[in-house]
Amino acid sequence: MTDVLDWTWQYDGVILLTGILCAVAASLPGNFLVLRRTSLLGDAVSHAVLPGIAAAFLLTHSRTGAVLFVGAVVAGLLTAVLTELIRDIGSVDEGASTGVVFTTLFAAGLVLIVQAADAVDLDPGCVLYGALEDSPLQTVRIVGTEIPRVALTLAGVLLLNLLFVVLFFKELLISSFDPGLATTGGYSARLVHYLLMIVVAITAVASFEAAGNILVVAMFIVPPSSALLLTTRLSRMIWLSAGIAAISAVAGHFSAIVLPRWLGYRSISTAGMMTLCAGLCFLIAALFSPSAGVLTGWVRRVRLSLRILCEDLLALLYRIEERGSVPGGAGRSDVSNGQSGVFGDAGFEYLAKKLLCSRRLLILAGWIQQYRGNLVREGPAWRLTDSGRRVASLLVRSHRLWESYLATEGVGPGRIHRQAETLEHYTSEGLRNRLDTGVADGAVDPHGSRIPREDDFRIPPVS
Amino acid sequence: MSGFWQVADFLVSVVADFRPLAPGVAGSFRDRLSSLLLFEHYNTRVVVLGAMLLGLASGLVGCFTLLRRRALVGDALSHATLPGVGLAFLLAPLAGYDGGNRLVLLAGAAVSGTAGALAILFIRSLPRLKEDAALGIVLSVFFGAGVALLTVVQQSSAGRAAGLDRYIFGQAASMTADDARLIAVTAALAALLIACNFRSLTLLCFDEGYAAAQGYSIPLLDLLVMFLVVLITMIGLQAVGLILMIALLVIPAAAARFWTNRLWVMLLISGLIGGLSGFLGAMLSAVFADLPSGAVIVLTCSLLFFLSLLLGRERGVLVRSLRRRELSAAIDREHLLRGIWELRESAVEFSGAVVERRAAGFEELLSLRSWSISRLRAQIRRASAEGLVWLNSEGAIELTRRGVMEAERLVHHHRLWELYLITHADVAASRVDREADAIEHVLEPELIARLEQLLLQRQRSGEIPASPHEMGGFQSQVGSVASPEGHQS
Repeated sequence: MTDVLDWTWQYDGVILLTGILCAVAASLPGNFLVLRRTSLLGDAVSHAVLPGIAAAFLLTHSRTGAVLFVGAVVAGLLTAVLTELIRDIGSVDEGASTGVVFTTLFAAGLVLIVQAADAVDLDPGCVLYGALEDSPLQTVRIVGTEIPRVALTLAGVLLLNLLFVVLFFKELLISSFDPGLATTGGYSARLVHYLLMIVVAITAVASFEAAGNILVVAMFIVPPSSALLLTTRLSRMIWLSAGIAAISAVAGHFSAIVLPRWLGYRSISTAGMMTLCAGLCFLIAALFSPSAGVLTGWVRRVRLSLRILCEDLLALLYRIEERGSVPGGAGRSDVSNGQSGVFGDAGFEYLAKKLLCSRRLLILAGWIQQYRGNLVREGPAWRLTDSGRRVASLLVRSHRLWESYLATEGVGPGRIHRQAETLEHYTSEGLRNRLDTGVADGAVDPHGSRIPREDDFRIPPVS
Repeated sequence: MSGFWQVADFLVSVVADFRPLAPGVAGSFRDRLSSLLLFEHYNTRVVVLGAMLLGLASGLVGCFTLLRRRALVGDALSHATLPGVGLAFLLAPLAGYDGGNRLVLLAGAAVSGTAGALAILFIRSLPRLKEDAALGIVLSVFFGAGVALLTVVQQSSAGRAAGLDRYIFGQAASMTADDARLIAVTAALAALLIACNFRSLTLLCFDEGYAAAQGYSIPLLDLLVMFLVVLITMIGLQAVGLILMIALLVIPAAAARFWTNRLWVMLLISGLIGGLSGFLGAMLSAVFADLPSGAVIVLTCSLLFFLSLLLGRERGVLVRSLRRRELSAAIDREHLLRGIWELRESAVEFSGAVVERRAAGFEELLSLRSWSISRLRAQIRRASAEGLVWLNSEGAIELTRRGVMEAERLVHHHRLWELYLITHADVAASRVDREADAIEHVLEPELIARLEQLLLQRQRSGEIPASPHEMGGFQSQVGSVASPEGHQS
């Protein structure tokens, strides 16, 4: 395995660790950004790094990391505060005020920095594309072991974010969903918001240096959004988002090793691949989430309409049996030996017309019911079996009970059939019995047809 | 931690974000200024014209994204064009085209930008995720994909030669005449598309439901708006860079919104602000050689934004606070006049309609409602300046003849509304006073006429009906001896 990947722990292990730390650290506060519908503040805050550094340098003329770090964080916070301020006093759209603030601050930072510029050489690729690949190079010595510096920083940030989420869980929860309630609960939703912004700014700045701008902005938004598609519980959403972030980081790193070799290139951006993997996770969640997925929803709808079609088929066959004939002679009933059904092409057309479905769907429904033992197909003829007759009689019973009930409730005679047609598919035995006691005449429906009894076709238990 | 310094330098020199639009013009400041003002230099002409047209076009398009509450869609879509450029470069040779061909790259950008727009609509249709998440996801994932592709592209020597970096980040020297021409064509195309679809786009922005009922397809219209954004960004991106593109799409429209409530006026103003800031910014940076032009354009733009925020005629901060103050002063004035009148009325009734008491003491008025001493004082001062009240020798506040007339009109309105609430809206008599308080200031003359017709058929129009509820004020101070005259409606 390690041979195939050309894997070295000193190198790949560190990149992987840094990527995971960055991804998980960003996804934790990202949950609340997504829930508060301010996802793009993460992007805006990470753009504030430039004016922050510029201002910090111009004010202090110091190049020490700590000063620049604080400057960048303060600028990030300023972005959030100004955005809110302009939104409130100008009653501007949140997105618009974000756009105004971060582009303006960025431009201001640029002008500042040009004034103070002394051109320093640098490698253009390293920041934007993410310098993750360089993370093993810089190390610090702690208790006798060499530890990569950015990994250490990011571990600290992750710890901070974890503490923040755990300690302020209730406050974050309430102020995200109901700021008014938070205020009546005795703490300021605004204060919680600014604490969150501080955490976001610190995360953005720390990750910016380690992994470039793309990875952190993506991890603020994409894993929490995927998690939100999978669950509606906040605690579960947070764990899921952290998990998705970590998985994306791992998958991203492996694909960054494997993919270029398949395509015949030297290398590919690790941070970019991690982002892409997060996007893939989101796509999977969007398609297959049990509650919100597009495909799962489609499958659910198709299954439901197929179930209804199958049930309607049985009920229709039951009614044909009951009536003893089919218009146009397509089917016939032979009451003497208890056999009736639908025959031939004409019978088929009749069924398809009554059930409003294509012939192909009808064959599918027939096949399903045959598989369940509710239907037999003898040559061109379709007949109900005993168990099919029982299922159908209960459906018809539900239908006619509903019609009686709706009629006693004053629903017009023209509308009872259509409503009963829907309700019959969702009616259990208990509900049928309650309807039975609720209607005036439990034997005959408003159209004069007999309502089957609950035990009309009960199959006697095999002794 | 040299990392930060690198970040900063990198952002300055290359990024993503800005490039010097024009090489500095040589010579002394004065020479530069005069040559600039006369547009002597071909380069300056090109740059100023290009920046202006770009500002104009994005100002127009930005209006629709702003009104659609999707202001940052430009941010997302300009990032989304990136992977298309990389892919076009990689795949074009397979189809027999030159990967460095500009039109091929533009086509790639357009395709992936449109894919980004579709992705936004798709994510928007998922439950629980809102606009901001849709934009954020498209922005970051497409950008990530683009960066990954670019690292691949740059490894081929052809990729480097084609200068894809320049295409995306625009790191090379200046806007060329070709750029400017392309911008002009695009701007014209965008304006044409807007003009052709003006009615449907207006409906989309202001009444989505009605537009759908009229048979317009909302997703299709949304796609049209986003396609306009893609069109502008893919041209503008290579000419001026990412941040400036976002700024031009967001800020002029947001600024124009302060000035007007009408869409076509907003379009004009927004285009004007965009064009003006492009023009001024490009000029300024040509005059002061060390100002990066992109940044100056953004700053000019936001200066205009803040001016509009303050001074805007329709929604500006000053206008709105002035309007609020005027309204609350008008309400206070009406409360004052009605307060004096009602105190006077209850005094007259209490003493058997003989004593003509026309004045009310300051303390009495103060206790009528929850206004502060200073607010009441200011109001009295204003009313006496208008000649509605005057201070008599005992220091009490008295209505003038005009004041009495005005007060009678107000009391009339108030009581009509109270009566209406009791007889037609089933509001309890003890609560009507407060409910009527909220509405009496905005009753229109037509409404008063209808209320009179409805409620007072036996009375002469204009006559003041008695209050339907127990009065506070004077009686409560003297002791409520008088029988309540309420409930007679």
